[in-house]
Amino acid sequence: MFKNVWKIFFVLVIIMFMAGSVIAADPIKIGALFSVSGPAAFLGEPERNTAQMLVNEINKAGGIKGRQLELIVIDTQGDATKAVQGVNKLIKDDKVVAIIGPSTTGDSMAVIPIVEKAEIPLISCAAGIKITDPVKKWIFKTAQNDALAVARIFEYLKKQKINKIAILTVSDGFGSSGREQLVKQSKESGFEIISDETYGPKDTDMTAQLTKIRGGNAQAIICWGTNPGPATVARNIQQLGIKLPVFMSHGVSSKRFIELAGDAAEGIILPSGRVIVANQMSNKEPQKKVLLGYVSSYQKLYNVEGDHFGGHAWDAMMLLKGAIEKGGDNPAAIRDQLEKTKKFAGIGGTFSYSPQDHAGLTKDAFVLVQIKKQAWTLVK
Amino acid sequence: MDNSSQLAQYILSGLSNGAIYALIGFGFAIIHNATGIINFAQGEFVMLGGMLTIFFLVFLQLPIVPAIALAITLATVVGIAFERLAIRPLKNAKPLSLIIITIGASIFIRGAAMLIWGKDTHALPAFSGSAPLYIAGATILPQHLWIFGISVLIIILNRVFFNYTLTGKAMRACAYNSYAASLVGIDVKIMVLLSFIISAAIGSMAGIIIAPLTMTSYDVGIMLGLKGFIAVIIGGMSSGLGTVLGGLLLGLLESLGAGYISASYKDAIAFIILLLILFVRPEGLFKKKETQRV
Repeated sequence: MFKNVWKIFFVLVIIMFMAGSVIAADPIKIGALFSVSGPAAFLGEPERNTAQMLVNEINKAGGIKGRQLELIVIDTQGDATKAVQGVNKLIKDDKVVAIIGPSTTGDSMAVIPIVEKAEIPLISCAAGIKITDPVKKWIFKTAQNDALAVARIFEYLKKQKINKIAILTVSDGFGSSGREQLVKQSKESGFEIISDETYGPKDTDMTAQLTKIRGGNAQAIICWGTNPGPATVARNIQQLGIKLPVFMSHGVSSKRFIELAGDAAEGIILPSGRVIVANQMSNKEPQKKVLLGYVSSYQKLYNVEGDHFGGHAWDAMMLLKGAIEKGGDNPAAIRDQLEKTKKFAGIGGTFSYSPQDHAGLTKDAFVLVQIKKQAWTLVK
Repeated sequence: MDNSSQLAQYILSGLSNGAIYALIGFGFAIIHNATGIINFAQGEFVMLGGMLTIFFLVFLQLPIVPAIALAITLATVVGIAFERLAIRPLKNAKPLSLIIITIGASIFIRGAAMLIWGKDTHALPAFSGSAPLYIAGATILPQHLWIFGISVLIIILNRVFFNYTLTGKAMRACAYNSYAASLVGIDVKIMVLLSFIISAAIGSMAGIIIAPLTMTSYDVGIMLGLKGFIAVIIGGMSSGLGTVLGGLLLGLLESLGAGYISASYKDAIAFIILLLILFVRPEGLFKKKETQRV
């Protein structure tokens, strides 16, 4: 007898659960491709953390129009093959309505044909200019173009009346894309490149290249790379006693760079999103509140400061949220709403998409920051 | 900036990198001379030295000297474990199988380091400041002097150990003919273990003194290990002056090549040297032709 009671009870429980899931609407599935491990983990890890943090916040606040979000994260390991496998899984098995990521330009370019064929909107978190140039119907991005970073540095150099530069770039995707922009824009704006040097991503000594640069008559050094290479460059510059102004890329705009370069980082200027100097901004700027909020909630959850890179995922997630609020869970409607986004104050800058522009930012997205006493200072 | 001071800088940079390569090369030579195998996990001891020091220094907040001592001790323990668990159980294995095992061990150690300490790069503070010193228009860091000093010290200690102590002589005897050595009462197993202990200690020491310059991460051992290997190949697998000269030569050629040809070819230069030596003079540049080993 008792056995039967238990049986009935279980059946009831199961029925209630099933009924429950029918009554509550299905969650809206969002795919994410981030290089959480591998060489580009410095991008993918804060991006994954940020996206997950936002989804949890949105769900806690009741979801979007009563529907919960479900984030499905796939680790691409910075490997284009894994990114392609991942995107196929997201589209075919998980049936996501939109995708954020991938973290790197290489991964992004690899998944774009698949996403376009499946007609799912994708917001890339990588910086490469070719992701949205030419404009592709389903592809958007949040990370600032390299071109904008270079333009910002050149604008500053012009003001300082410097026109002879030496460039030192890393021989990987990020470095060669930066080098391309440096060479192209230096021609356009009348800069003369005195030395054009490269180094390998795993090199531990760049004194040979810098000695060559020291031998020339360049007035400034621009180094383009991601950690740890630029930190070694900074140390070698100090070792060689080179007194020229040094510029780095936004690829090192995280605390990690200052830690690695130590006092050799002093005085280095680099373009960065506003996130690292949020507290130095004037209260009038629309981004300030968003930035401070992001930095502090990220700090609370993960015990490290939210950075520039996590910011790309913040922007992608919040842009998507806005589009879903207006367009619902239909991929085509989400895409249309994304394209209509105007003056969205995010972490990376103020985004305005249009049918001709899926990158959404201008060179104002970057500010120049200088490292002073192991901290970032806004260059005015 | 005139050409002579530029050349001086290339030479000085080359020599300081070369000293690092030589130090790493020693580890290869010592194990090779005692066992006849090439320990491709040597680079991982270099990595362990640097990473363990940072671990003790930053995470456990120990002062620098105990941190270094502990790091060397622990890296040596890893060396002992490696010999006991992976090399000794394979009695009478061919050197080639053992070499492949060392490659496996290096992948294992690297993977474990990645899981324990993550993929970040870490910097160790310089031992005595980072203000550059000027020599003939070129600059050098105090840390380079440490590297030169410790390299010289290790060379001298090696020389004394292998030529003037009974244990050292016994180790050399094992290298020439381990069977004959065992017949005269030398415990070959102990000698092999000892060679792993010494080379793990030297390797981790190298990793520690270079960490303030080159920084360190879980995968720093691959390239440094290979460069040390090239140094010891040029030097003809000697645990003395040959490897030092090999390392310095490699460092110089790299630095001059990067300066006068192109920095993109820096690593290519090193590997071309390796191939040339292996093809043309596999016994090394500085070694007299040996006639034993009939």
